[in-house]
Amino acid sequence: MNLHAIRAIYLFEMARTRRTLVQSIVAPVLSTALYFVVFGAAIGGRISEVEGVPYGSFIVPGLIMLSLLTQSISNASFGIYFPRFTGTIYEVLSAPVSAAEIVIGYVGAAATKSIMLGLIILLTAAFIVPLRIDHPLVMLLFLVLTAVTFSLLGFIIGIWADGFEQLQLVPLLVVTPLTFLGGSFYSVDMLPPGWRTVALFNPVVYLVSGFRWSFFGIADVNPAISIGATLGFLAICLGLVAWIFRTGYRLKK
Amino acid sequence: MTAATFWPPDRALMHAAIEVSALEKTYASGFTALKPLDLAIRRGEIFALLGPNGAGKTTLISIICGIVNPSAGRVLVEGHDILLEPRKTRSLIGLVPQELTTDAFETVWDTVSFSRGLFGKRADPAHIERVLRDLSLWEKRDSKILSLSGGMKRRVLIAKALSHEPQILFLDEPTAGVDVELRRDMWSLVRRLRDEGVTIILTTHYIQEAEEMADRVGVINRGELILVEEKAELMRKLGRKRLVLQLQERLAAIPPSVARENLELAGGGAELVYTYDAKAGRTGITALLGDLAAAGIRFTDLRTEQSSLEDIFVDLVRRAA
Repeated sequence: MNLHAIRAIYLFEMARTRRTLVQSIVAPVLSTALYFVVFGAAIGGRISEVEGVPYGSFIVPGLIMLSLLTQSISNASFGIYFPRFTGTIYEVLSAPVSAAEIVIGYVGAAATKSIMLGLIILLTAAFIVPLRIDHPLVMLLFLVLTAVTFSLLGFIIGIWADGFEQLQLVPLLVVTPLTFLGGSFYSVDMLPPGWRTVALFNPVVYLVSGFRWSFFGIADVNPAISIGATLGFLAICLGLVAWIFRTGYRLKK
Repeated sequence: MTAATFWPPDRALMHAAIEVSALEKTYASGFTALKPLDLAIRRGEIFALLGPNGAGKTTLISIICGIVNPSAGRVLVEGHDILLEPRKTRSLIGLVPQELTTDAFETVWDTVSFSRGLFGKRADPAHIERVLRDLSLWEKRDSKILSLSGGMKRRVLIAKALSHEPQILFLDEPTAGVDVELRRDMWSLVRRLRDEGVTIILTTHYIQEAEEMADRVGVINRGELILVEEKAELMRKLGRKRLVLQLQERLAAIPPSVARENLELAGGGAELVYTYDAKAGRTGITALLGDLAAAGIRFTDLRTEQSSLEDIFVDLVRRAA
């Protein structure tokens, strides 16, 4: 194991986070706070509570998930796409590092950043709405699993993308709709029966549901199934990354 | 038992620093960048790979460094296969790429330290400092790379390649677009590295550069290695001059009293061409002129020509095409 290399990549990426603090931490926190105002205060006035939880509090896990997903993907995809774009990737490709070490460095840094962000949003929310966390360890497990899984997805997108437009394409056209339809702002039980079945095909539903369960003990799907689904998605991403490095797809000519 | 067996085996004789055998590369586009190619780089030498643009120089280097996958063939670095033991071979190699591909927002110090870590070496600020001072980058260590000039960025790339103390250094077109001062600095650095035992492979299309620096020269064209020779040998060829005598009257043949080695009739009998070694003690010119006078052969004009490495090179490349 080339630990020096993992450390070098990780610290390099974390230094980038520090340099772009406003863009990477302040902006997502601000936009999340706006969601609280719009959904919590404006709509929350009409929907007083969902399954016994005040609406403002109910949306907190979903909002954290929303940021976690989008930020994990954008951090990790940018982290690997930018060296490809500038050409500095040559150095990583010529270095004595294995695929696993490269992934641990890049994905680890992206996930760290997302987890930090999630915790900051959680803290911000705690000032605005009443919060309780019934299962803090499960909460942390979801936080870490989701950050790692979607950072991996971001890494894959960053390798697949052949331009800045494509880099935005998947997050914009796939991930954002899935998160909005994934029960961040409502319980899947509130949907008509037909749409409920459709919703169960959305992987984000499992994340939001499981994460919300760790807070309030209420869930749309069994939390064990949620964890299973997340692990399954993680396995798919890992498989894809392994394939990328074995074939040199978009990395080597 | 002979005396020789008492000597420890010379590692340099055991295997070359780099051994390329039957290496081929065809890109996905169908373009064949390397035809089956064999090449051995000796340990501790400066090897110049010459060739026109698109000849396959960068492809060859990229394969050895692990950036491009070979289509067929084998590469050994210090006896280790690049595909079977990539960790071993890559940690021995430092690469200075042709393009100025640097980070932008990082400082010089950070990017060079990053390279060292990436190549699996423990942090060593003293070594990084030495490298930066050697390359006149020390004053710029806290500057962001995007604020540096092109020449300074080139130095940063060299510093990155040297950060992990490689035994083999690849310099891909190191002096393309580089000012005179940096070129001079770079040559003295390369010589010093060679003195420390580092094997250096540089690609260039400046022949002067190869003449000045290299121990051996290889010429590559259209993916084929068309010549590998000691530079001294090339210089000997370089040292050969031609004396061309424009005759007053055409000759049908060279008279026996004048005939000698290296003397030819050319231009349909209107010219006598004498080839000689300009660096030799006796060139034979005086004797030739004396014999010509004795034979009553008059000439109207005379000139001398020197074939340069450039001529040899252009000639080789044209012949191969």
